[in-house]
Amino acid sequence: MREVFYSKAVNEALDEELSRDSSVIMIGEDIGCYGGAFGVSKGLWEKYGAERIWETPISEGSFTGIAVGAAMMGMRPILEIMFMDFVALALDQMMNSAGKLHYMYGEQVTVPMVLRTPGGAKGGYGPSHSQMLSNLFVGIPGLKVVAPSTPMQAKGLLKAAIRDPNPVVFIENKRLYPQKGEIPDGEYLLPLDKAEVLSEGTDITLISYSSMTPVCLAVKNALKPHGINLEVVDLVSLQPLDTDTIFASVRKTGRVVIVEEACLTGGVGGEVSALIAEHCLDSLEAPVIRVGAADVPIPSSLDLEKIVLPQADDIVQAVKRIREWT
Amino acid sequence: MQLSTDQLLDFYHLMVKIRSFEETLGSLFSKGLLGGTSHFCIGQEASAVGVVQGVRDTDWLVSNHRGHGHLLARRLDVYRVMAELLGRETGYCFGRGGSQHMCSMDNHFLGTNGITGGGIPIAAGAALALKCQKSDSIVVVFFGDGASNQGTFHETLNIASLWKLPIMFVCENNLYGMSNPVKCSVAGGGRIAPRAAGYAIPAQTLEGRDVELVWETTRQAAERIRNGGGPELLELMTYRLCGHSKSEPRVYRTREEEEQMAKFDPLVTFPKRLLELGCTQEQIDNAANSARQMVEAATQKALQDKPGDRQVALSGVFAKEEVSK
Ligand SMILES: Cc1ncc(C[n+]2csc(CCOP(=O)(O)OP(=O)(O)O)c2C)c(N)n1
Ligand SMILES: [Mg+2]
Repeated sequence: MREVFYSKAVNEALDEELSRDSSVIMIGEDIGCYGGAFGVSKGLWEKYGAERIWETPISEGSFTGIAVGAAMMGMRPILEIMFMDFVALALDQMMNSAGKLHYMYGEQVTVPMVLRTPGGAKGGYGPSHSQMLSNLFVGIPGLKVVAPSTPMQAKGLLKAAIRDPNPVVFIENKRLYPQKGEIPDGEYLLPLDKAEVLSEGTDITLISYSSMTPVCLAVKNALKPHGINLEVVDLVSLQPLDTDTIFASVRKTGRVVIVEEACLTGGVGGEVSALIAEHCLDSLEAPVIRVGAADVPIPSSLDLEKIVLPQADDIVQAVKRIREWT
Repeated sequence: MQLSTDQLLDFYHLMVKIRSFEETLGSLFSKGLLGGTSHFCIGQEASAVGVVQGVRDTDWLVSNHRGHGHLLARRLDVYRVMAELLGRETGYCFGRGGSQHMCSMDNHFLGTNGITGGGIPIAAGAALALKCQKSDSIVVVFFGDGASNQGTFHETLNIASLWKLPIMFVCENNLYGMSNPVKCSVAGGGRIAPRAAGYAIPAQTLEGRDVELVWETTRQAAERIRNGGGPELLELMTYRLCGHSKSEPRVYRTREEEEQMAKFDPLVTFPKRLLELGCTQEQIDNAANSARQMVEAATQKALQDKPGDRQVALSGVFAKEEVSK
């Protein structure tokens, strides 16, 4: 095992897959000598050249469609969308082409593409550069959606996503890029449809993904001295949801807090909550509580941003509430 | 290049097949046997046949919502096209796609597309794949004057030009996007070809109802593109002699205009030209009759087929393995 940054784990997955399979290409803005806005694609253009790393003009609507067309013809394009907020411009091709073509064209084509994009707030980027739009894609049939929280998950999932015959939305996170974690030395792949119990516990289940998972783990450590033993389940895959793992944890603890960086309304947390209510009502000892961003755009001011986004203390309060429920 | 008598008669046969197919759809609609909507290309058959026959069968086609002409000019099986429209399991896409979402990879037909302008970047992506794979095939993408107002058109022309992609942009300018006349939607006088200049793409405007001219122009452009010359754009001036979809009342134009335009109906003008070129009336009639009979037989056969079941409706969202070429 060795320790790498989350951004490096992503970079290694790209590098290894580009080298393994000549049909893998990258498409995106400033992914040439600049190495991508967050440096995640650094070194790939130098190594693989402009015939594999297609640096585009600022035209998300078109180059997302280009990825679809190339994928239909046997290539494996990886898109880099600079900030998740910009997926709005790529959405038509993702929902009307990528997600639909295999089904609507009678299974004559596959669309093996990956849309990589960093979601979430990094601190002060403001309304057009900070949103976690995980909810946007999960309601579109035909798309797989993953949101890794650790370097380990990031590398193994991205490699699997690139090899998957379906379009995969791969949600990275700006706040996670500089976080470190251990990964194996050799090659490994992770399944795209499995949640991960990151830390076992007995009292309450915290369910989260992406940037909120490290926060949940920190809350677990902080509450341990108070005699509260939290279980932390990382969803990893948002579409499909790994209900087996989720339900098993809920049945064990009977108490659940769902934590996400996205807005509460219409979010993945709501979907998970509904599934738990449908399938695990007998096991529940308290209502399922969701913690997420307020339903407002993400403000630029660091102080305002903090008010809008879920904080560790919000999770602590939710844990207290649920613990005291009788 | 000179077209042989056989080729000329074959073009006419294909044009009648397209017309007859859509007239049949019209009667199926009125009998309530067909659901949804459908966009006919009545009056535009020459541009479909001229372009599709002007490229190789191994070149890839991407079409739009008005795609029956493109599908049949590529010689997809009329029976399976009809079955798809009728929602039968035997259709090219099991009835999941219908008129606006039909694909046949065996025919190098990458699909009709229900999103105006949606097929344009997909076609460029296919061209990028061909370039990466060092193929000598090219991609032809059909779209309308209306689609040339979408961002995808402009973004894709720019990228295709920068990357020198092997793609032919074919705009069928039929003077209207639904009800919207080009004079009101395309700034600068309603022509699309001049727009290509902004992206350093060679473009020409030509009479799209002259199948021989369309064929010859396409053939020459295709060879230049195939030889690495980069993208080109053809603007084919044409006219749809029917409503935008199914049977809409066409309140946005006059009956006089339509009568005037009907004189240029390629199915009226081309048989006269065939006589001039030395074809006999009997040959011409045979080409037309055989086309109509094929459509009739295909329709009767497709009507007997059954629609898909729950399995067809609920499966196939995700692929287990890659199936593209
Ligand atoms: C994104 C989108 N907007 C609107 C429509 C509805 N619509 C379908 S065809 C059409 C007109 C297209 O005009 P043009 O591109 O000139 O093609 P034509 O119908 O004339 O062949 C419109 C507005 C659509 N299908 N997709
Ligand atoms: Mg038009």
